[in-house]
Amino acid sequence: MKILVAVKRVVDYAVKIRVKPDKTGVETQNVKMSMNPFCEIALEEALRIKEAGFAKEVIAVSIGPSQCVDTLRTGLAMGADRGIHVETNSIFLPLTIAKILKSLADVENPGLIFLGKQAIDDDCNQTGQMVAALLGWPQATFASKVVLDKDKNVATVDREVDGGLETLNVDLPAVITTDLRLNQPRYASLPNIMKAKSKPIKKMTVQDLKVDIKSDIEILEVTEPPKRKSGVMVSSVDELIDKLKNEAHVV
Amino acid sequence: MHRFLVKLSSSSSPFSNQLRSLKNQRLILPLLPSSKPFTSSSVSPPPSPLNASNRFGYPYSADLFRNLSPLNPNSRILGVNGITSSRCISSEAVRESIEYDVLIVGAGPAGLSAAIRLKQLSQEKNIDLSVCVVEKGAEVGGHIISGNVFEPLALDELLPHWRQEHAPIEIPASSDKFWFLTKDRAFSLPSPFDNKGNYVISLSQLVRWLGGKAEELGTEIYPGFSASEVLFDASDKVVGIATKDMGISKDGSKKENFQPGVDIKGRVTLFAEGCRGSLSERIIKKYKLREEVNAQHQTYALGIKEVWEIDESKHNPGEVIHTLGWPLDPKTYGGSFLYHMNDRQVALGLVVALNYHNPFLNPYEEFQKLKHHPAIKGILEGGTVLQYGARTLNEGGFQSIPYPVFPGGAIIGCSAGFLNVPKIKGTHTAMKSGMLAAEAAFGALHEGLNMNTYWDNLRDSWVWKELYAARNYRPAFEYGLLPGLAISAMEHYVLKGKVPFTLKHGKADHEATDLARKWTPIVYPKPDGVLSFDVPTSLYRSNTNHDHDQPSHLRLRDPKIPEKVNFPEYAAPESRYCPARVYEYIEDEEGKPKLQINAQNCLHCKACDIKDPKQNIEWTVPEGGGGPAYSLM
Repeated sequence: MKILVAVKRVVDYAVKIRVKPDKTGVETQNVKMSMNPFCEIALEEALRIKEAGFAKEVIAVSIGPSQCVDTLRTGLAMGADRGIHVETNSIFLPLTIAKILKSLADVENPGLIFLGKQAIDDDCNQTGQMVAALLGWPQATFASKVVLDKDKNVATVDREVDGGLETLNVDLPAVITTDLRLNQPRYASLPNIMKAKSKPIKKMTVQDLKVDIKSDIEILEVTEPPKRKSGVMVSSVDELIDKLKNEAHVV
Repeated sequence: MHRFLVKLSSSSSPFSNQLRSLKNQRLILPLLPSSKPFTSSSVSPPPSPLNASNRFGYPYSADLFRNLSPLNPNSRILGVNGITSSRCISSEAVRESIEYDVLIVGAGPAGLSAAIRLKQLSQEKNIDLSVCVVEKGAEVGGHIISGNVFEPLALDELLPHWRQEHAPIEIPASSDKFWFLTKDRAFSLPSPFDNKGNYVISLSQLVRWLGGKAEELGTEIYPGFSASEVLFDASDKVVGIATKDMGISKDGSKKENFQPGVDIKGRVTLFAEGCRGSLSERIIKKYKLREEVNAQHQTYALGIKEVWEIDESKHNPGEVIHTLGWPLDPKTYGGSFLYHMNDRQVALGLVVALNYHNPFLNPYEEFQKLKHHPAIKGILEGGTVLQYGARTLNEGGFQSIPYPVFPGGAIIGCSAGFLNVPKIKGTHTAMKSGMLAAEAAFGALHEGLNMNTYWDNLRDSWVWKELYAARNYRPAFEYGLLPGLAISAMEHYVLKGKVPFTLKHGKADHEATDLARKWTPIVYPKPDGVLSFDVPTSLYRSNTNHDHDQPSHLRLRDPKIPEKVNFPEYAAPESRYCPARVYEYIEDEEGKPKLQINAQNCLHCKACDIKDPKQNIEWTVPEGGGGPAYSLM
């Protein structure tokens, strides 16, 4: 079985974000970029499944500009066998990404597709679900535990939902998106980084995959959230009630 | 490639490594409850006996010194006996080992210039040479911070066609202003600097470009790996470094993702860790490299810097401003800089010499004060801060250069200390030292020569001439600000270093700190959130982070000294000079002050390693990839 893992190159989680002066988006020039933390978890889970003997090959996919190769190299250094880079300089929204991943799935025929539950730059939490719908495959999102049954070709997934934990059985092939508590991703060791240099990364374009990239959504403006106002000191409970009633209108 | 992977452990699975590496465990820490970093910002300040508007709510401030006020009962002390820095490879043969011809520790200007020069020589002479650079930052350039008005002298020698190769060197210095500041005014003085021909740059960006050049030539660069130990052979010769184990928990146990470090060996090892490099300091001590040439101790300054994006109308690319005087007092050497870069950005910083006497001095707060000076405020108003950072720099100059060659390699760049203090430039000399060491290494590996040719060639080069001519500027300030300025003027216009004597440095920086009872606490104004900021806000802009669940990389040689000496006698200077609020004193259950080390905040500036009065704090490398993420600095 092959496992396809989609990894996204995003602004590093520890970097202070700044909105571009022209309000078209977030500043990414001269900013440290890394693999999306949830994608790291997805890749780690795929690698563990391969190491347990349930899969033959882990393929890392990234869609974006030429620097995505760095993200793929990190994935290869963690242990993925090969990489696919769909090169584009446009910003694609989840539906387009899902269409591209569907196209790749049609070519590669994986038994499992792993994604992070969401990217930390857009927090969409849509791509995994859309890929499953386009493929007509079952989906198990926010996975905090994944157990495979090779004979029955079924994955038992614990999902972190608002009410607690939900356990699902999904028939393979399936799409799983990963949540924080699923695993702790491994560090890429120096020898593995060296070995990763010789692993292949296939370059493709959206035209190669015959995907319609026209988007129905246009980003109009990106602004910073309003600055937090400083608190107001009140001198008595009566003053507090008065303010809550007449200024904040909450009682 | 003269490199082969010697795999001494047969399996790469984490579990078998875990078992094998249990024998390897060098880190044993007492079990401690972990506490969150950034605590003081989440704790509200206690009521102050002083004027409330004068307090930031630092738990270690003047009030706490006089009468302890109850705060966060969560206290913790981290005390670990320093681990031995040397390790014979013969006894522990369980780690993977990778060999290169030349190993360079640190991907800064010196390290990368050495790598580039080595690869150039290897191409010229058609001899293959494997070169590896390890870098503790997550990216090349991530830990690089500097003023910087760049003198391209060394770059012209190294890569003569840099102008055609999109080097991020675009803004020529257009003016050299020099101001003497008082609290409200700025007096223009004749500038002692001449930056004609130099460029206002971001050194972080230049180093990234140099990294690209080095990789193009075939250098292997591995960011995200910190060199934590020097490796020696049986004859006490340096054979390489060991990278730090990753995935060790705060209590010393191995985590799920434990990854043992790797031994990287080089036939020649060059240390290019920058100012006060952790391994370089051990090497200098071990081989007594200062004693060998009767060099004095190194002296340092702490630079705190911000890059601002300012109003277009106030931006003047290439403008170079230096100031002296306020906010520092006449007995404290230091000054500020303001350089206009491109893209509406300005680099602004305050440099404070670390031989200051007043234990209550807080260089970070002095920098915040500086920004409110009318002459500076005018430039910054309407702008926003893009990045913040801090780093120590060498001020010892000529007198403090150690013998830079040791068995197995050499020390290059600021780890040895080639900064030209009156020019306040160290990049060009660091690069040249890297190039000279590379040439010596090439000779040693292929032409039967000795690494000592590095020392000989240094002394024959313009680096030596420059540093010799500049040697008396800084020590003259031991006599005070005005005598220092007078002697500097004499040196600059008349003497130019051509005197038969060499002034000496005063006490070592850590010895210069006076006892707290001789001084009164300084009351610093509250930050206004527009020009001045509190430490957590600034720290956020440095993009610094470390995995929190790892042992503190800041080691106390004696865990009792902070409470026995630092706090009572010196009023906890580490809680004031650290630009990242790593050191905080909070109350323990018995109401006594205890040191809390927020290692996660660390900016890797090394000020604590330098300035701690009893030299009790040892800065060691954390897990690779941690620390600041500078990109514009």
